[in-house]
Amino acid sequence: MSHAHEMSFWEKYVFSTDHKVIGLQYMFTGMFMALIGGFFVYVFRMQLAFPGIEVPGYGVVTPLAYNSLVTNHGTIMIFWFAMPVLIAAFGNILIPLMIGCDDMVFPRINRLSYQIFLLSAIILIASFFVPNGGFGGAWTSYPPLSANAEYNATPLGAPMWLIAVALEFVAFLLGGINFITTLMNARAPGMTMYKIPIVLWMIVIASILFMASVGPLIAGAVMLLFDQTMGTHFYDAAGGGDPLLWQHLFWFFGHPEVYVVLLPAMGIVAEIMAVMARKKLFGYKTILYSVIATGILSFVVWAHHQFIAGIDPRMANLFTVTTLLISVPIAELCFVYIATLYGGSITFNTPMLWAISFLVEFLIGGVTGIFLGASGADIYFHDTYFVVAHFHYTFVPIAIIGFFAGITFWFPKIFGKMLNETLGKIHFWGTVIPFNFIFIPLFLLGAAGQHRRIYNFENFRDLASPEFYNLRVIATISLVLMIAFQLVFVINMVISLRSKKKAPKNPYNSNTLEWTAESPPPHGNWPVLPTVYRGPYEYSHPDRESDYWPQDEPGPDPTDPDYESSKS
Amino acid sequence: MSHSVPIATTRSATGIPTSRLAVWWILASEVVIFGGLITCYLLFRLHHESWGYEAAYTNPWAGGFNTFVLLTSSLFVVLAHQAAETKQTDKSFKYIWYTIGGGLIFMMVKAYEYTTEITHGFTLTKSVFWSFYYTATGLHGFHVLAGMVIMGIISFDVKKGKNLHRVEAIGIYWHFVDVVWIFLFPLLYIAK
Repeated sequence: MSHAHEMSFWEKYVFSTDHKVIGLQYMFTGMFMALIGGFFVYVFRMQLAFPGIEVPGYGVVTPLAYNSLVTNHGTIMIFWFAMPVLIAAFGNILIPLMIGCDDMVFPRINRLSYQIFLLSAIILIASFFVPNGGFGGAWTSYPPLSANAEYNATPLGAPMWLIAVALEFVAFLLGGINFITTLMNARAPGMTMYKIPIVLWMIVIASILFMASVGPLIAGAVMLLFDQTMGTHFYDAAGGGDPLLWQHLFWFFGHPEVYVVLLPAMGIVAEIMAVMARKKLFGYKTILYSVIATGILSFVVWAHHQFIAGIDPRMANLFTVTTLLISVPIAELCFVYIATLYGGSITFNTPMLWAISFLVEFLIGGVTGIFLGASGADIYFHDTYFVVAHFHYTFVPIAIIGFFAGITFWFPKIFGKMLNETLGKIHFWGTVIPFNFIFIPLFLLGAAGQHRRIYNFENFRDLASPEFYNLRVIATISLVLMIAFQLVFVINMVISLRSKKKAPKNPYNSNTLEWTAESPPPHGNWPVLPTVYRGPYEYSHPDRESDYWPQDEPGPDPTDPDYESSKS
Repeated sequence: MSHSVPIATTRSATGIPTSRLAVWWILASEVVIFGGLITCYLLFRLHHESWGYEAAYTNPWAGGFNTFVLLTSSLFVVLAHQAAETKQTDKSFKYIWYTIGGGLIFMMVKAYEYTTEITHGFTLTKSVFWSFYYTATGLHGFHVLAGMVIMGIISFDVKKGKNLHRVEAIGIYWHFVDVVWIFLFPLLYIAK
């Protein structure tokens, strides 16, 4: 599409309907929110390691503020960083570019989706400044703590938190419908089901999972809002309601949500591994079907979060089985990724380092999950720092490592400049090493019985020993280091964006369609939209001299059953 | 910025028009919202026999009349779609407004019910049954209202012969609103 008139700044960057601009809006908003979430964790980790200290840049942490900081750290990192960046930003930027079309099918709904998301972020940030501060009932928001202002002590913060989360869900429903219909309908001619790059499958399956799981929680959120503000008793046992109902509704969404953010990250990693190992992605269909199996299973595991909440022990048995089952397709994905790497000629550049570290770190998160999924072991581990360390070993690889893998890989395409490799590697090691030094101590603390959601461990004689104290200090210092090293990334980005050297169209000799557009692609992406002739992972094919085979290059399709006979 | 339609919107790799596809996905997300709410209600209902006595205070005659009104309006929206398919734009416009009229009658009856119930003391906070009653019918009423507004907006385009495919899209949505009511009516009004 060509536009006759010059677009003003507002039209081009603020109210744009271009999928790439909206993707970047999501990305930068998400990164900004991550800064807030990162600042919060810095403050409360300082309080935990050095109780009562005047935290530099914040001051003394009160118990009420501690609750609010922990709650909003979790909320922001999942709903305002992981989701917007992994699904919305990468989905928006990649889907039209990788399927070879000029935009999303509903560009204006796409813009509306971002605007609602921005509004939700503003409401959440505003809730920190109302009297008594932001909501402090944990990101899971269990009633009666969340439903009754007398208990959570945040009469304004709690409903604002809930409204912000609900609006954020609406934004992602709108975005998700756009993603799904775009992938289904707007593909380039020739791009059949199994020629779609796997990352797009993952983003769209994640969108479907989100859509199918969030509904009951939207209804539940309306009910909780009525409990908070209108005096109903949906979750109040004294008034005829049931507090467990919220836990079911929350985790019926909350567990699929883990896979909603995991899948895009795994897709990004798959793309990087195939390109950097110069090998065909091992088991494309195996990956696809494993992901679908994971998606289906993710709907029947939710009660493993409630093993000690008073649910029927027979139900706990059932959910133990399903929870252990879901590790099968996930393990399969990890093995398939390793098989892709096996025998490849691997380039260890920054995106590839991130991709490999994803696999390594996520594996630790996955394996420790087995302990928590087994109801017997979970009775001991429940609500300890073991759980905290476990889910951070899943979410940090997903959100942080997955994000950096994606942004370093597609940076030349998105911004038209190459990132500095040396700075990239310094940033990589400066993030991954401290990350392990934060959470391995937390595993040890949790296994030794240190509980979550405690403001000051000095008040508990068993938890105030010097050994515990030292582990907490190690974790906190590592955290400060990890946050400090993020500066390297910012510097790298600024230097690269200011450099005069332009990125080539296809710096990694990659097959997928986005690399055939200009870097960065103009509005409309291509002068003539591409056509697809083969799958996305034909690397190092024996019949070709060059080690890659772009999807849009006219010629035979090696996966075609008639390919062998047509050669001779 | 000009709102020229991107090529993406005009493509149809599945053979299903994009607007129809999108509406079905929206309905999928709506199904789980109402499904979650109705499941919660059912689970409570099965554990609380007393809710049957509370449900006796709802007005099944008004609810029954409203069921009839909604079903009739669904017929009108089908006729509007049929007219739009054959490019009879004025006829389609007329039937769209008949459908909106159906929605209006539904909302008026609902308002009458709410008023009587509230004045008799059956308010949102009376008991969890009434909380569910107002939440479920309120959420449904909100969907009826949204459908009426959307139909009002698209009707004028339809009259000019533009964007006729939207009649089908809103029709599918309207049927869904209808189906939700068909679940809510027996669960809230009839089951005693």
